[in-house]
Amino acid sequence: MAELSNQLMALTVLAYLAAMVCYAGEYAFGKRSRIGKAAARPARQLVGAGAPADAEVPDDVPVQPVSPPKPGRGEWSGRIAAVLNVLALVLHLGTLATRGIAADRMPWGNMYEYILSATFVGSAVWVGVLLRRPALRHLGLFSSLALVVLLGAAALVAYTPVGPLVPALHSYWFIVHVSTVIISSGIFLIGAVPALMFVIKNGYDEGRRSFPYTLGKRVPTPAAVLERLTFRLHAFAFPLFTFGALIAGPLWAEASWGRYWGWDPKEVWAFISWIVYAAYLHARATPSVKRTVATWIALFGFVTMLMNLFGVNLFFEGLHSYANAGD
Amino acid sequence: MTIVEDRPETAEAPPPRRANPVWGLLRNSWRQLTSMRTALILLFLLAVAAIPGSIFPQTAVNRERVSQYYTAHPQLAPWVDRFGGFEVYASPWFAAIYLLLFTSLVGCVLPRLRDHLRALRTVPPDAPKRLDRLPQHAPARTRPETPAAAAESLARLLRRRMFRTRVRELPDGGFSVAAEKGYLKETGNLLFHFAMLAVLVGVGFGHWYGWHGNRILVAGEDQGFCNAITQYDDSALGPWVTAADLPKFCIRMTDFQASYQSTGQPRSYLATVQVKEGSGAYRGSSFTVNDPLRLHHANVHLIGHGYALELRYTDRYGVTQNRVVPFLPTDGMQTSEGVAQFPDVNIDPKTNQRDDSLQVGFEGVYLPTGGTDGSAVSQFPAENNPVLYLTAYRGNLGLDVGKAASVYALNRGQINNGELKKISGERPQPLRPGGTWTLDDGSKLEFVGTREYATLAIRYDPTQALMLVGAALGLAGLMLSLFGHRRRIWFRVSPANDREAGGSVVEAGGLPRTDYPGFAAEFAALTGPATDDGHAEEGTP
Repeated sequence: MAELSNQLMALTVLAYLAAMVCYAGEYAFGKRSRIGKAAARPARQLVGAGAPADAEVPDDVPVQPVSPPKPGRGEWSGRIAAVLNVLALVLHLGTLATRGIAADRMPWGNMYEYILSATFVGSAVWVGVLLRRPALRHLGLFSSLALVVLLGAAALVAYTPVGPLVPALHSYWFIVHVSTVIISSGIFLIGAVPALMFVIKNGYDEGRRSFPYTLGKRVPTPAAVLERLTFRLHAFAFPLFTFGALIAGPLWAEASWGRYWGWDPKEVWAFISWIVYAAYLHARATPSVKRTVATWIALFGFVTMLMNLFGVNLFFEGLHSYANAGD
Repeated sequence: MTIVEDRPETAEAPPPRRANPVWGLLRNSWRQLTSMRTALILLFLLAVAAIPGSIFPQTAVNRERVSQYYTAHPQLAPWVDRFGGFEVYASPWFAAIYLLLFTSLVGCVLPRLRDHLRALRTVPPDAPKRLDRLPQHAPARTRPETPAAAAESLARLLRRRMFRTRVRELPDGGFSVAAEKGYLKETGNLLFHFAMLAVLVGVGFGHWYGWHGNRILVAGEDQGFCNAITQYDDSALGPWVTAADLPKFCIRMTDFQASYQSTGQPRSYLATVQVKEGSGAYRGSSFTVNDPLRLHHANVHLIGHGYALELRYTDRYGVTQNRVVPFLPTDGMQTSEGVAQFPDVNIDPKTNQRDDSLQVGFEGVYLPTGGTDGSAVSQFPAENNPVLYLTAYRGNLGLDVGKAASVYALNRGQINNGELKKISGERPQPLRPGGTWTLDDGSKLEFVGTREYATLAIRYDPTQALMLVGAALGLAGLMLSLFGHRRRIWFRVSPANDREAGGSVVEAGGLPRTDYPGFAAEFAALTGPATDDGHAEEGTP
């Protein structure tokens, strides 16, 4: 079963890679097509009488092609990519399930399994977004890129053979704490994709033509839609992260180590991530702070999450050293 | 930290004729401190200031590692220490940041609390003149009822949907219905911030009134202990706790069970103890890694285990002494190191004088499962093939100097200056349980056996429960503030132009006061049936 899990893992990465290539195909061949034009159509202008100054883009109004499109090369490539993406998600689930069966427990016991689970959540949220709003499909290039990189890192840096848990992890808090942290991390991960795209697209719209911003040329979704998606993903993940890392974590720590908070490196970095994401929510809720600035803060928050995942597991020694990376 | 987006600009007060520069400076500083910009900067500073605590070892977390850092970086370490790098979270600069942040928070949420309390008591404002200028607008439609009845049914509909509703009579004989909903957003927001304050205060009180100690507890009735500050290997009392405040209890461990996987990873630990609280009698209890022993005002946590060695030394005059010495594990396989020191031996029965140069100490490495190749590393943490490698020293152990010294290592200074000499051969002497080693002077050391010991962390934090409540309330407030939406809806009900036929004309407008994409749908759902010509849908929920 463990062997099967490893093979499925390889297939999963390949499937994401194939999806990424097809997304890239859409990105390269798809002209600023009907989708793009439809999406770029100015949002319904709101007549303001004391309304918020920045015109809201009602995101419930689906951005859809105006006329039934006759799919071109880019369109086909994008459709295949979406199918491959869903296939990859199924394989990903298979990898996790077989891993869990092999270990006879929830597959969250070390860094390898953690990354596998968090990326699965991220991928599932992305597919959910994709199904609800097909017009955002082009973001798949970047989400699958992030998934391939993280899964590759998991396989290369953090691979650990299947094994049972150390006694400290024998607790129902294992399920509560780790699952909520994994889910929120996965959503933060996928939230970073529209955040990055917003920064690029917005920069392009503002007339910047240097390298990263040139990518914005082919992004059909209006910047405001990307920004809203960023906020909604983060606003959803933040309370979950608060619960998982700052309530369930300390509760378990109290039972297991005798103190609810002890500035273990993992705790320090969870604290830092929480502070940074809190700053993002504050910045976004403040009209005087530009949305670009707020989104940069969210991206910075994601960097701290990555630091917590890789940096803390690999460089620092602490009580959360279940990673077994490199053993 | 004001995050209400639509707070109306307060009218600038006319500048005082003679501005007091000190007062002005104070007022400006306060405004600056409580601004969102400053709060964001302070949040960032707090995040950045927390980083060194994960890079440098922290005294409060692991004292041993700080000493290791001093050895590894003798030049750098004093400088790190000077800037509080080993006690980041107790350092003045870290405290400065969070105290400023919380002051800024207080300065922001108190006025907001006042405003919100006022808002909770005020009725929704009257409809603006031009409803069609609002973000949501439903054009006028006719209804057959009289304006009064129509307004009444609209108000009922809104109230049923938990809108705060006010009906006003207009001079032209019409009515306006003003409704507002979503006060919980701001309530939740304030709740969250006050909960953060409560958590900070809780941390402070926990620090002041809490205490903790770590101790090794060896199995056996003779090895129990009663709670007292001197009984701990390492302890810390809060500034407002004295040794006399510690709760009275005694613990002795009767059994310790550890089980391992085939890889040597521990599977489970179980400590069986007898515990006596206050003046009561001993009662049996047991605890494991994730399930501490909860006593009155103290929790006993099992955080590790190891082996204690029972050694018996018979000196050259035939006097025997027993020692039970815990050895500290150095790896996951319980390769353990420790020493047994016998300062009061070889006392000549004729003179009854102790000869310092005849003190004896043993340095040892214990392998619960020794390998066949003779390497000094244990192969497995359980005692499958126990072997003890000992090196003997004789001379002045240097225990009477009055300096605190490790009980797990011999005094290196005494060995280096020749006061303490190695008397065994080059290779350490292997001993099996029950084995005896005869030294050069005829004295004997017997390896009687081993006992398991548990590493205990004993703690008390009086504000723990408060903190949990604070955190839970904070989370609830956070969700309310993130997912709540404040919005206003107005209906203007005018008498129909054709007075004879009766009926009324209803126009509606809506204003989302916060970012709320679902408002259009809600507005449509409310105004659709309410102003439809068919009317009366409001009666059927």
